[in-house]
Amino acid sequence: MKHTLSVLVEDRPGVLARVASLLARRGFNIHSLAVGPTAEPGMSRMTIVVDAPELEQVKKQLHKLVNVVRITELDPATALEREIMLVRVAAPAGKRGEVLEIASIFKATAVDVGPSSMCFQISGTPAKINDFLDLVRPYGIVDLVKSGRIAMAREQKTKPGRLRAVN
Amino acid sequence: MSTITGAQALITALEHEGVDVVFGVPGGAILPAYDPLHDSPIRHILARHEQGAGHMAEGYAWATGRVGVAMATSGPGATNLVTPLADALMDSVPIVAITGQVPTSAVGNDAFQEAYTTGITMPATKHNYFVTDVDEIPQVVREAFHIASTGRPGPVLIDLPKNVLTATTTWREPGEISLAGYKPTVDGHPRRVKEAVDLIAEAQRPVLYVGGGIIKANASAELRRFAELVNVPVTTTLMGRGAFPDDHRLSLGMPGMHGTYTAITALQKADLLIAIGVRFDDRVTGKVDTFAPHAKVIHVDVDPAEIGKVRTADVPIVGDARRILTQLIEAWAGRETPDRHPWLDTIAAWKRDYPLRYDQQPDGPIKPQFVIEELYRLTDGDATLVAGVGQHQMWASQFWRFSDPRRWINSGGLGTMGFAIPAAIGAKVGRPDDLVYAIDGDGSFQMTLQELITAASEGIPVKVAVFNNRSYGMVTQWQKLFYGGKLSASVLGDDVDYVKIAEGLGCAGLRAETPDEVAPTLEKSLAIDDRPVVVELVVDPDEMVFPMVPAGASNDEVILGPDDLGALP
Repeated sequence: MKHTLSVLVEDRPGVLARVASLLARRGFNIHSLAVGPTAEPGMSRMTIVVDAPELEQVKKQLHKLVNVVRITELDPATALEREIMLVRVAAPAGKRGEVLEIASIFKATAVDVGPSSMCFQISGTPAKINDFLDLVRPYGIVDLVKSGRIAMAREQKTKPGRLRAVN
Repeated sequence: MSTITGAQALITALEHEGVDVVFGVPGGAILPAYDPLHDSPIRHILARHEQGAGHMAEGYAWATGRVGVAMATSGPGATNLVTPLADALMDSVPIVAITGQVPTSAVGNDAFQEAYTTGITMPATKHNYFVTDVDEIPQVVREAFHIASTGRPGPVLIDLPKNVLTATTTWREPGEISLAGYKPTVDGHPRRVKEAVDLIAEAQRPVLYVGGGIIKANASAELRRFAELVNVPVTTTLMGRGAFPDDHRLSLGMPGMHGTYTAITALQKADLLIAIGVRFDDRVTGKVDTFAPHAKVIHVDVDPAEIGKVRTADVPIVGDARRILTQLIEAWAGRETPDRHPWLDTIAAWKRDYPLRYDQQPDGPIKPQFVIEELYRLTDGDATLVAGVGQHQMWASQFWRFSDPRRWINSGGLGTMGFAIPAAIGAKVGRPDDLVYAIDGDGSFQMTLQELITAASEGIPVKVAVFNNRSYGMVTQWQKLFYGGKLSASVLGDDVDYVKIAEGLGCAGLRAETPDEVAPTLEKSLAIDDRPVVVELVVDPDEMVFPMVPAGASNDEVILGPDDLGALP
């Protein structure tokens, strides 16, 4: 089962290695990981998607890292989740129109055109990106790169599940 | 303001932390730090191997409760520290390790004696630092000591490139510690404390299951008050021996794989475990599914990650053990002390019917348990015992009657053979007026015996009993019980002359080969105080540690002795 963790960390060298090493120690595969600065100076946010049956113990272990400030597990059903993808699709002159038509439905932008292929940029939910990929796959995917997933909780009526300690 | 080097800033920062001794081995990259150290009031003890320096720092921390400090150079110096760091992490021992590193310009270039120390030690420390800015040294040292000694204590490493040590700076008084991601909880949640007290009042068969957390929190006095107040029997884990006096009417002894029948069985029959500063280690629980099957659990620990890790807690309480015991005592106020008669009577019957036992024949080989009991008798129990890892460790823990915290020092979690000699040295340096007796096996002894040179040359009169059974005794025990008696690679079979070794390394050497020689030889060892003493005890190689719960078996299946092996699967 995939879990999305939003981890606020101090922006220090080696923090990524500490977090990754801890997940590796538990044998968890990191599905995707995105790191970037936050609005708070000196702090970074990691959005980590991991494949694991349950995360309670790992969240507690992650909290033991001195540079980890806050961990929030985001519910995929309600959280805002986004990815960005660059995909180069095989599209010789005769096929460009069809491919562009699909792209326009998905609001994917053509960012490069060559004699035999076109490159699109698309952002959105992981589901939307996968749907777009399914539709262009028959034309032939030459190359593909995805950002890690980034995610944020929606404004909640109930208190978000912040994990500081057991009690 | 005068200009100082990074090395001078480091030593000044250590002085400000109250450090009185550093255990270390010098080398190229750390040399700049050794220069001002020479002029400092801080004593340096030259270990003969960095692993020894690390265990010495641990022994010092165990014995005193203060942070132990180890120093080593880059590369092999740092990698040799990995074992004591991992040991300290497992057993929550507060130490700070300072390592030299190649200059920052050479880092990552496979320079001479370069190792990626912070990377290698990341999973073996509570936290570590790679310092690239000389101005940060005082603050990093302050933070390192704070992290090592607060919350769940543990090892912290500071890696210092040579050019950072030689760069100049001005002394900056370290500021307030503000670590956004590190704020250990101290006080227990009042509602949880109230729930705990209610459960204790209702329980028919409660047991206090306590460990190293009591010792780390200096909570022994509070534990005793609480146990007496609620009239609940106490079992102390290997890490918690001495947290509660063994001669107390409520004491059950040690639980677990080689625990007393009474402690193991009391846990199995309990309807409530009051677990404080313990982590439900596999050596205590045996097969987890069948451990204390009828018990509700109150789990008190300063580390939230320990709660629910192995066993779900009905009442989790995060915080400092001493503080929470005080809260529990306050919350109990107004209630009467229960008489708990049926339960305490049952326990008294187990104690009577299933005591620890061994059979010392007057003309037979020396039984190791007899040596522990004789040493206890001759010292009146007034000593700090430091064990290596193996059978001798278990016998020492079983047969010594502990009465005080911090006077039993051993490697519990990592099980580091070779721990005893250097840890005893560290303990003796920390508490020079105490009698420090290491109980070692011949296998363990051979792993760190060179530190006897340190003890002799630095004038640290520790005593080391070597239980010589010419084998890795615990390995042979398992091979005899579970591998059809095939003693693969476990018999040392050598004719090592431990007396000559001792004398050759500047220590006194003694030997006892028969039971009647044990007491006089131990007495001789106690009379020598001008140098370290090694006492070789030629013990019965066939003696095994009992009781025993085989690894992975249920704690309902205790093997009581060699005559009880029919129960083996």
